[in-house]
Amino acid sequence: MSADDHRSATPPRASATFDEYAIAEIHRAAATGIYDIRGFGAKRKLPHFDDLLFLGASISRYPLEGYRERCGTDVTLGSRYAKKPITLQIPITIAGMSFGSLSAPAKEALGRGASIAGTSTTTGDGGMTEEERLHSKTLVYQVLPSRYGMEPDQLRKADAIEVVVGQGAKPGGGGMLLGQKISKRVAEMRTLPEGIDQRSPCRHPDWTGPDDLEIKINELREITDWEKPIYVKVGAARPYYDTALAVKSGADVVVLDGMQGGTAATQEVFIEHVGIPTLAAIRPAVQALIDLDMHRKVQLIVSGGIRNGADVAKALALGADAVSIGTAALIALGDNDPRYEAEYRKLGTTAGSYDDWHEGRDPAGITTQDPELTKRLDPVAAGRRLANYLAVLTLEAQTIARACGKSHLHNLEPEDLVALTVESAAMAQVPLAGTSWIPGK
Amino acid sequence: MTQASPIARVPRNSALDLAEMSLREVNQLLHDNSVGDFLIRNPRGAHALACGLDGDLNVTIDGHVGYYCAGMNKRAHVTVNGNAGTGLAENMMSGFVHVKGDASQSAGATGCGGLLVIDGNASARCGIALRGLDIVVKGSVGHMSAFMAQAGTIVVLGDAGDALGDSLYEAKLFVRGAVKSLGADCVQKAVRDEHKAALRKLLDAAGVGGDVDVAEFRRYGSARQLYHFHVDNAGQY
Repeated sequence: MSADDHRSATPPRASATFDEYAIAEIHRAAATGIYDIRGFGAKRKLPHFDDLLFLGASISRYPLEGYRERCGTDVTLGSRYAKKPITLQIPITIAGMSFGSLSAPAKEALGRGASIAGTSTTTGDGGMTEEERLHSKTLVYQVLPSRYGMEPDQLRKADAIEVVVGQGAKPGGGGMLLGQKISKRVAEMRTLPEGIDQRSPCRHPDWTGPDDLEIKINELREITDWEKPIYVKVGAARPYYDTALAVKSGADVVVLDGMQGGTAATQEVFIEHVGIPTLAAIRPAVQALIDLDMHRKVQLIVSGGIRNGADVAKALALGADAVSIGTAALIALGDNDPRYEAEYRKLGTTAGSYDDWHEGRDPAGITTQDPELTKRLDPVAAGRRLANYLAVLTLEAQTIARACGKSHLHNLEPEDLVALTVESAAMAQVPLAGTSWIPGK
Repeated sequence: MTQASPIARVPRNSALDLAEMSLREVNQLLHDNSVGDFLIRNPRGAHALACGLDGDLNVTIDGHVGYYCAGMNKRAHVTVNGNAGTGLAENMMSGFVHVKGDASQSAGATGCGGLLVIDGNASARCGIALRGLDIVVKGSVGHMSAFMAQAGTIVVLGDAGDALGDSLYEAKLFVRGAVKSLGADCVQKAVRDEHKAALRKLLDAAGVGGDVDVAEFRRYGSARQLYHFHVDNAGQY
């Protein structure tokens, strides 16, 4: 071969449109005839908190001493109507995840970790387990469209109630728990035959629309003698209107879950193509609260893609009262741990990418009901890991808040932030770094 | 031997007047008592009336009620001398709820136990996502009744609307009149002696055992073809 021949050879060129994932998915779809189902949240690159920076203090702002001056982290939820609002030591809660999607030791570990850290956990489809109530100092009880496991005694045992309208991974979608995870105990809790593929509906069975929701919330308050804070959780889609309608319906707290928020099992096409990013959702929701004179009166909890203390601080600076974590909490327990790499390989994946949580074969013993696999998770040790992680999130958020001169995390504000991209500046409504320009303003 | 109908239990010794008391005061009083007989006057369509009860209470409501009357009821006997709004006795756990008029949509939704009797008609989605409650409707039920019903029994003396028992799990349905259409995975099944016996027991409990012939009913249940998702069934969903 001459030198000229070598230069004329064209290297293989991959299509940016038909990339390796698109081609593999077409092959998979053609082979199986069914859409892909998986856990986790949106994996595509999205505008996110990484696109924001804090300015920090300088001549025009005083910082606080990192190891001497206090930076408060507590948050009170439910002060609008509840006789017994709850106060958490940190503004980072554990999102709703069911026993069924998670193993019993995983639920126990979430309760243990959250209780050490002074925050709350949340039930999920299927109701409340005894272990969960025992190990969670503060427990939020979800009222879901399926009402699987829903019992008034559990409602009364809870510290707060969360009416789930939707979640960020699938706004407008219901749930699914495949037969592999419908063990005898899970089936009994949900009044279903053992081993079937359980479908959770997307709409509540006894109310439709905001006028009904207001009456439903009133019923829940009457049943619990107006003691419990009542949250309304929505998937981020139309956050201004959904927040306004939740407030109108009488919510004490609005939980807003962006599309990076996790799910136990949903269609890939749903996870990646329905809903909006967390970053894009916060400001419209806060604006709705401001317009109704309800900011800080109805609390806003934001979830979906919270990973570190900077994310916490940014969500709070944009106007949230607290954040919630689900995926990150599972990772803290041990999900996607590289020590199980050999087993992840057998499942056709790798540590860090494992998302087939619905199949019930989790090597870490978290998203499974397999008795042998669940034994691998020590709830005490895993709870400690979660508590450590929550402590780090809090310390990191405090570090940033002090650098911005704030004596409480809630004193962070949009003025502390700038954006790295035009898109994130427009979504977060903060100036592009180095300018005073906010797109659209 | 016929079972004594709980409908016979209607003693009353305390009158609560919603023209003079707030809903909150009435419900709190009912929650604070684990036994007793109460007559509630002037309900005037109030929502969430007598919800969350947990005790050996006899509550009679003289008039029409709004949404979620007797919601999540435990043990109590609640009688409504009128019509009931959406979500009557939703998520009821036990006890007895009797409406002498009609009920709006989602009557008995997600109910887990006890007996709900509706003398008139029930609207759409009666017994939706039922989990063990028994419902007897002396009139007819609307469309999508027993949608995704998991356990329990629905007895309809009149007709059923469209898509009865759509995506049904293990609940049992008995209809005496016409069924406009069956929902996905709901099929007619043979009525055996054990079903007739169960039906007779429920009709007795609803106070109509002597008036109705169980042989006139058809039974419907799940074909169990959709219990495991398969692409060939995608058109059924």
